[in-house]
Order: sequence, then structure tokens, then C-alpha cells
Amino acid sequence: MHIILNGDQREFPDSLSASQLLQDLGLTGKRLALEINREIVPRSTFDSHIIQPGDRIEIVHAIGGG
Amino acid sequence: MSTVMHSPAAMNGDPLIIAGVEYHSRLLVGTGKYKDMEETRAATEASGAEIVTVAIRRTNIGQNADEPNLLDVISPQQYTLLPNTAGCYTAEDAIRTCRLARELLDGHELVKLEVLGDEKTLFPDIMQTLQATEVLVRDGFKIMVYTNDDPIVAKRFEELGCVAVMPLAAPIGSGLGIRNPYNIMTIVENATVPILVDAGVGTASDAALAMELGCDGVLMNTAIAGARDPVLMASAMKKGIEAGREAYRAGRIPRKRFASASSPIDGTFF
Repeated sequence: MHIILNGDQREFPDSLSASQLLQDLGLTGKRLALEINREIVPRSTFDSHIIQPGDRIEIVHAIGGG
Repeated sequence: MSTVMHSPAAMNGDPLIIAGVEYHSRLLVGTGKYKDMEETRAATEASGAEIVTVAIRRTNIGQNADEPNLLDVISPQQYTLLPNTAGCYTAEDAIRTCRLARELLDGHELVKLEVLGDEKTLFPDIMQTLQATEVLVRDGFKIMVYTNDDPIVAKRFEELGCVAVMPLAAPIGSGLGIRNPYNIMTIVENATVPILVDAGVGTASDAALAMELGCDGVLMNTAIAGARDPVLMASAMKKGIEAGREAYRAGRIPRKRFASASSPIDGTFF
């Protein structure tokens, strides 16, 4: 399936959970926040949240800023 | 007493209280523009700051998976993190950023709200900032708001429920110092929440002046990170803040046009 991940077009297998997506990206266990179609996906629901084709996904973290 | 454990401000029971939490440092620092994580860590430590701002940005996907993470050097256990909405030009983007920050930091509600109006000045867009404030206050956020040095607007943010109001001294990163001390003083006099100067200070005397005007604290980034020796400047800023605060509490002498001798006139033998 086709998704938009941090602004880039990407292909992933169907029926992927948020946890599996993060694992595929090597981000498991990192301190990050996930937003799908402008809705926050709480960390506690990563296992059960299934990514849908066409989802717009944002993965963010904290960096230096003033 | 051989060792002084606390700063004089803390010893004198003069804490900064934001949203019901006591802090002993009145210097808040940003973590941007440093050359590396080690310099970020060292300068932040030298500043003595307890509240430290961070930005929320996209994670790099598929590259530098093992790159050092800011939160490894600026630990949420050691510091109160203050996620900012820097780079947002609309209320909507700022609200999204705050919600992502709250999720990222496990329900943390203290945020620095800034909604910018213009890339050249980085002055705040007050209309958008007010809109974002109303939504975020309803949503339970504790907002420290970046605003201009307008006393009417500052009061409005307080009335909307911001936990601190942070007027700029001068444009972000400009180092121009406090351009409108009388407005800052008026904002302080009108306020019942902490007033912090946010943005525009260039050196330690600027920070001291902000404190002498009665500000409750100063938030800065570029003045430290952009100095030739950021760690030394962080230390200087810490002292400037403490000196300015003590001078404010001590009450300065009035300015007079003519001299007033320091040594007695009586008892001279000449």
C-alpha cells in the first residue's frame, strides 16, 4: 500500500500496525510521537492501530530549539 | 559554612513559580544552534537553567538511525522540558505541535506557544496566537506565550489563562537588547502571572536589565549558543540574571542630576 510518511511517498505491505511500521523504520523504542491524518496516535495503541492505504503519517521527535 | 549549596535567590526564598511549580533559576534556555550535543549539554549545565526549550520536528527516516538524541543529553528527568511551537505561522500548526509534544513527553502540558507572523522579523502574529491560546487552554495546556511588548496584549494573554507571558526584548536572535524598557516595565506592573523576557538579549547586561525592570525571568538561546564561547556565556548569563534579580529586590537608588558625597561633611579637620 501507498502512504505518505513525513512528506514522502512510500510503499509498505498491507495490514501493517503502527508498531510494525516503526519496527520497519528502525524506530522501535525511540522517543517519538505519531500523527496519522492529523490525529495523534497514542503510544498505548501502536500495536492495535492498523495503517490504511493513503494515510498521511507524521513521526516527530524533540530536537534543539529556542 | 564552607560550601554554598544554593544560589542566593534560592537561599532567600525567592523562587520563580510557574504553574504552581517552584524553580530556583530564573534563566530559561533554548537548545538550538549549538555545534553539537556535547556543547548543548555543557552550556545548558553552565547556565544553571531548570527549564529548557526544545523544538518538535520530523524524525529522519532511514538515515542516521543511531544519531545522538537531544533527550539523551537534556534528560526529561533532570530538566523541565518546554516544547516550543517555533516555526509555526498558523494557530492550527501550533495546536498540532503542542498536541504532538504532549504525546511525545508522556502527557507533559507546559508548552511555549509562539505563532510567527513574518520571516524577516519573527514577530508574533498576535491574532493567531490568541486563537491558539483559547483552544490550548481549553485543552488543558499550561501556556508560556511569546508575544510582543504590548502591555494590552500581554494582559489579554494573562486573562485567557496563560501561566506566563513572555514579551520579546527585540527580534529573535537579534541580540539588540531591551528596545522598549518602559513597555516591559508596564507589562510587569500590570501582571499577576510571571513575565519573562523571551528573545532579543545579546549579553549578560541585557539579561540583568530585564531582571532589574522586574521581570521574573529571561528565556534565551542565540545569545548563548552564538557566543564565541557558549559555555562561558552561559555562566555569564546565569550571573547576570542573579545580579539583576538581586538589584531589583534590593531597590536601586533614584537617578539624580547632581552629586551626593559619600563621605561625611562633619568632622573634617581641614
